[in-house]
Amino acid sequence: MSPENGKILPENDAADLNFEATELTLGLPGKSRVTSDGGAKLGNKRGFFETVDLNFGDKDCGQSQIDVQEAANSPVSKVQVEGWPPVRGFRKNAMTSCKYVKVAVDGAPYLRKVDLEMYDSYQQLLSSLEQMFSCFTIRNYLNEKKIIDHMNGIEYVPTYEDKDGDWMLVGDVPWQMFVESCKRLRLKKSSEAIGLAPRTPPKCASTTERSLN
Amino acid sequence: MFWGNRKTLKMNYFPDEVLEHVFDFISSHKDRNSVSLVCKSWYKIERYSRQRVFIGNCYSISPERLIARFPGLKSLTLKGMPHFADFNLVPHDWGGFVYPWIKALAKSRIGLEELRLKRMVVSDESLELLSKSFLNFKSLVLVSCEGFTTDGLAAIAANCRFLRELDLQENEVDDHRGHWLSSFPESCTSLVSLNFACLKGEINLGAIERLVARSPNLKSLRLNRAVPFDTLQKLLMQAPQLVDLGTGNFVHDPSSEAYNKLKSAIQRCKSIRSLSGFLEVAPHCMSAIYPICANLTFLNLSYAPGLHGNDLTKLIQHCRKLQRLWILDCIGDKGLGVVASTCKELQELRVFPSDLIGAGNAAVTEEGLVHISAGCPKLNSLLYFCQQMTNAALITVAKNCPNFIRFRLCILDPQKPDPVTNQALDEGFGAIVQSCKGLKRLSLSGLLTDQVFLYIGMYAEQLEMLSIAFAGDSDKGMLYVLNGCKKLRKLEIRDCPFGNEALLEDVGKYETMRSLWMSSCEVTLGGCKTLAEKMPSLSVEIINEIEQMEFSLDDMQKVEKMYLYRTLVGHRKDAPEFVWIL
Repeated sequence: MSPENGKILPENDAADLNFEATELTLGLPGKSRVTSDGGAKLGNKRGFFETVDLNFGDKDCGQSQIDVQEAANSPVSKVQVEGWPPVRGFRKNAMTSCKYVKVAVDGAPYLRKVDLEMYDSYQQLLSSLEQMFSCFTIRNYLNEKKIIDHMNGIEYVPTYEDKDGDWMLVGDVPWQMFVESCKRLRLKKSSEAIGLAPRTPPKCASTTERSLN
Repeated sequence: MFWGNRKTLKMNYFPDEVLEHVFDFISSHKDRNSVSLVCKSWYKIERYSRQRVFIGNCYSISPERLIARFPGLKSLTLKGMPHFADFNLVPHDWGGFVYPWIKALAKSRIGLEELRLKRMVVSDESLELLSKSFLNFKSLVLVSCEGFTTDGLAAIAANCRFLRELDLQENEVDDHRGHWLSSFPESCTSLVSLNFACLKGEINLGAIERLVARSPNLKSLRLNRAVPFDTLQKLLMQAPQLVDLGTGNFVHDPSSEAYNKLKSAIQRCKSIRSLSGFLEVAPHCMSAIYPICANLTFLNLSYAPGLHGNDLTKLIQHCRKLQRLWILDCIGDKGLGVVASTCKELQELRVFPSDLIGAGNAAVTEEGLVHISAGCPKLNSLLYFCQQMTNAALITVAKNCPNFIRFRLCILDPQKPDPVTNQALDEGFGAIVQSCKGLKRLSLSGLLTDQVFLYIGMYAEQLEMLSIAFAGDSDKGMLYVLNGCKKLRKLEIRDCPFGNEALLEDVGKYETMRSLWMSSCEVTLGGCKTLAEKMPSLSVEIINEIEQMEFSLDDMQKVEKMYLYRTLVGHRKDAPEFVWIL
């Protein structure tokens, strides 16, 4: 493979490319927008590789191959093509009615996912999260070289990222509003928790042992 | 005399009843159609003895002619809207109404016992008429239909005294939350199959419990989302003979008594071979079904996004006898590797996309498919939604699995090339058609040039249905297919640069096919008009959703959507305003 087909683009090409790539058109994602006369293809969803002469299978790859590759790698705006992907309407409706968000916990090795549609209130959500992550709390204790000598569990403050990208405290807005705007959850370790009693006592036996010491 | 010269021995010597008895052994529609073409006498005998009729396009024939030809009809299958209607490409009121069929059948002496409909508009009125017109009606199967409510179902339940099967698959039903289940009379004990998984509303839990309790022959039961865990447990206690189960809500606290009760109830159901549902599910509940996994041949988890990769693989490791698996792409490539090493009997795999809004979540790639092909040599049917595909992978798959009958690949990003070589996927698909000599159905995606169609025309000799989107460079592509695939019946094309030249080169070809769909291509109004003129046996429909005023009658105008099909009964009379039949 010639270096031209490598995945790393020369810097100046990338800079030019990104401008065009993020330009909104009605073209399909991945489709080359580079035309010979420099004009962008607007509103023509049938404009395929008309102006870029592509020679697939041609080992002597020239500019055309790079165009394809650039188009394929560029961060294009995701235009929703009607009827694509070809999934039955019934299935689409059934799937999108689920509201799955990632849940991260400070100190936990991996994330979980919860379906917010499954709960009716903050109470239900929070108790479900407690159940899901109680095991991580145990592991944190066991793995820590330092023994925590106060009697608390680690206190977590539930926060979420909303549609605007801001991190908010869970519980301020009505439940439904929260479900609609929540993109992901994070249980943050509350630094103010040191010295304070935990909101809810840790449920696991091993942590109880430690607190009794 | 009849044992004389073999060359003059005529089968017609045998009395009709003998021939009829022989024909009884011929059940396939294709074969029976062939039988009827041999001679007048065979045509006559065949038509009086025919009980099952399949009509792939409800507009190709009229109910009157059907009734006239097959007076002994007992089972009718009808399909309405074209396939791309599934993806919102056909407006809702396009057509495919079942009412005229039921009305005509009701007026006649036909003793209809079974009706199977796909992509048709079914009104409550039709269901009610159906339920009252046929004393022996036994089986109603509705797939991807719309237009009815639970009131229509109530009529079926109330009036069909010998109902054995009510099977609703993925229909859009207006749920009035009435007590349609309670409409089954106490005397109804004949149910063998009941599937209402697609209903969205609440149901009367007491009614379903009593119904199942009085249905000793019930083999297949698929519940909807509204049926909770506890009820499922009670139902299973009543029906340990079930062969096919679709759960509703499958969420419960694993330490509770209800959960343990369900576990023991399921263990009694030793005949379950097919499992689906899990419309609401929490991962920790799946261990309840491990006891029955060993005998499962069909598992459908494609509506269960709550199950992550690990949960899925843990479950599948118990399912060694699986022949058909429908799953979401959250199983991931590694998960498919587990499937490959566990499910050696696998014949059909469907991997659906879990992320439909393009948020870029994990999907599967060519890796998963290669694992499957290596581990499951019996694989013959595939539907695979994936992030990307390579030629190398397709070539490997073609080598490992030469038995594909159905091969449908959908790369989520249309026109995506091979990410390793940046080339089109022509060679990969070419390998598939060359290797899989029995391929009947093919769906393409990814970056594709005319070359792939050359391969398809050359090698896909058994191909009956082809779906193409965003592919090809010129008319040559479409021509390769039309000229090469002799057994082609359905061709559906969207967003391809195929125009009048391809459309008009061999107009006679369309008489050998059921239908052709072309949308967002290069065919013009003039081209369609020419075709319609030359071929009066075809119905050429232009579906035009923009305002009549804006749509010019200029022959050079490109046609947005064209659907043509062969028909014995001329243009349909029920076309809506936006459909123009040339």
